[in-house]
Amino acid sequence: MDTTLDIAAIRADFPILSRTVYDRPLVYLDNAATSQKPRCVVEAIERVYYNQNANIHRGVHYLSQVATEAHEEARQTVQAFINAVTSREIIFTRGTTEAINLIATSFGETFCSEGDEILITGMEHHANIVPWQLLRDRKGIVLKVIPFNEKGELDMEAFSKLISPKTKLVSVAHISNVLGTVNPVAKIIAEAHACNIPVLVDGAQAVSHMAVDVQALDADFYVFSGHKMYGPNGIGVLYGKEKWLEQLPPYHGGGEMIATVTYEKTTYAELPFKFEAGTPDYVGSVALAEAIRYMQKLGLKAIGDYENQLLQYATGQLMKIGGMRIFGTAAEKASVISFLVRDIHHFDMGTLLDKLGIAVRTGHHCAMPLMHTLGIEGTIRASFAFYNTKEEIDALVAAVDRVQKMF
Amino acid sequence: MTINEAQDQVIEEFSEFSDWMDKYAYLIDLGNSLDPIDEKAKIPQNLIEGCQSRVWLNAETQDDKIIFTAESDAVIVKGIISLLIRVMSGHTPDEILDSDLYFIDQIGLKEHLSPTRANGLLSMVKQIKLYALAFKAKA
Ligand SMILES: Cc1ncc(COP(=O)(O)O)c(C=O)c1O
Repeated sequence: MDTTLDIAAIRADFPILSRTVYDRPLVYLDNAATSQKPRCVVEAIERVYYNQNANIHRGVHYLSQVATEAHEEARQTVQAFINAVTSREIIFTRGTTEAINLIATSFGETFCSEGDEILITGMEHHANIVPWQLLRDRKGIVLKVIPFNEKGELDMEAFSKLISPKTKLVSVAHISNVLGTVNPVAKIIAEAHACNIPVLVDGAQAVSHMAVDVQALDADFYVFSGHKMYGPNGIGVLYGKEKWLEQLPPYHGGGEMIATVTYEKTTYAELPFKFEAGTPDYVGSVALAEAIRYMQKLGLKAIGDYENQLLQYATGQLMKIGGMRIFGTAAEKASVISFLVRDIHHFDMGTLLDKLGIAVRTGHHCAMPLMHTLGIEGTIRASFAFYNTKEEIDALVAAVDRVQKMF
Repeated sequence: MTINEAQDQVIEEFSEFSDWMDKYAYLIDLGNSLDPIDEKAKIPQNLIEGCQSRVWLNAETQDDKIIFTAESDAVIVKGIISLLIRVMSGHTPDEILDSDLYFIDQIGLKEHLSPTRANGLLSMVKQIKLYALAFKAKA
């Protein structure tokens, strides 16, 4: 592999990668589900708890000031990471799922009424389906689905035709967690904006693989999870253009999100606090900022280039196995490979790969409608991160070949 | 053969495998040779929907005994089903209700009956007991 990254040094930053499972070296290829954490991220959590733990935004005491500053600095780190205009546009959530639910509720309740349409794609994670169905049940909106072709690329003509005067929001995955397709979100946004329709981008699978610039994309909302980008679990981000967030009512009520409260009337805090009810995860935010700095140090471009080489190599090697069926062959593809060998059940293959120390995901990957479209029950999914190696892919391919011969 | 005799026989058989690969190869053989369930029995009421694989379980009585047939879309699951049927099928409701399934643990396949596996097998074992309970109540 041709890269400027020092993979051996990087692997040393991730203690878990040197453990064994069933007495074999762990080959961790389930990065699309969650990524492993570098030591600096875990140390950041420890540092906050051991040195600066205090509830934020409310104390005049020293520790509370320090903790508040660290949390707000983390917000600025996220702002710079995705190039938001101001840190008021960065809302910390529990993850992608909560961020989409927030928009489905706050935006949906404000701007959608019976018969209005929300457009999603046929390759969405349940997190970008079910919140809209809940809105449908409350408001009688209609959910429309943009189809994709046999390579797993969106049918952009169908998309244009699906846009109607009733379309209130387009909500699309930046990268499919199953097919790996990098969707043309800039084009989708431009076309939707031409009809004055805002766009939410589910960036859960994107932010760890490529540089994302929300201003260049002109995204109205962009959401992602910390745990898939080498950060801690339990924190995520909702980016929203200030002009939209200003118009939306709060999602949860409680402390932090208010200006004044009387029994008669409550006024809400300014952005971003209006959307952050209760004590925020000020530990997770600091650790997330650390993860961002870690990726930035490596360089998103170098990360993406290296992962693309892993993808190309793995695809080529896997295709040498007779009966190999790869789902998702888009020209623009991230380092995710969903496959089946002949008609060997994903559970059978996954069970035996696990015994060989290979951690891959099997099943429907929280995308049952997508599986339905593909006419299958599930796949085996290998997803690569920058700490994976050519040797690990060789181990995967050898294991898949060995296992398939057993059936 | 009693339920426990059948369990001990399976344990004996599996004691010959020193290597997990051989064990799984055997399970795959068993799975491939499991008699398919009657198409008529592949009805939604007989379907146990796991997250990873699905199991169909059908129960019928013959005299005072319950005959189980089952199938899955995954071969390894079918292999384990074949063992479960060998042990549990053809016994009276009381024998089934009084039984203690220890062989799965002893042959090192316990993980497949853990709730986190979501392959339908744990629910299948529960369902076998529920059938026994239901047939007993009817008798
Ligand atoms: C594309 C996509 N959207 C949403 C999610 C949900 O993310 P989380 O469970 O972190 O909220 C995932 C994660 O599995 C995903 O891959």
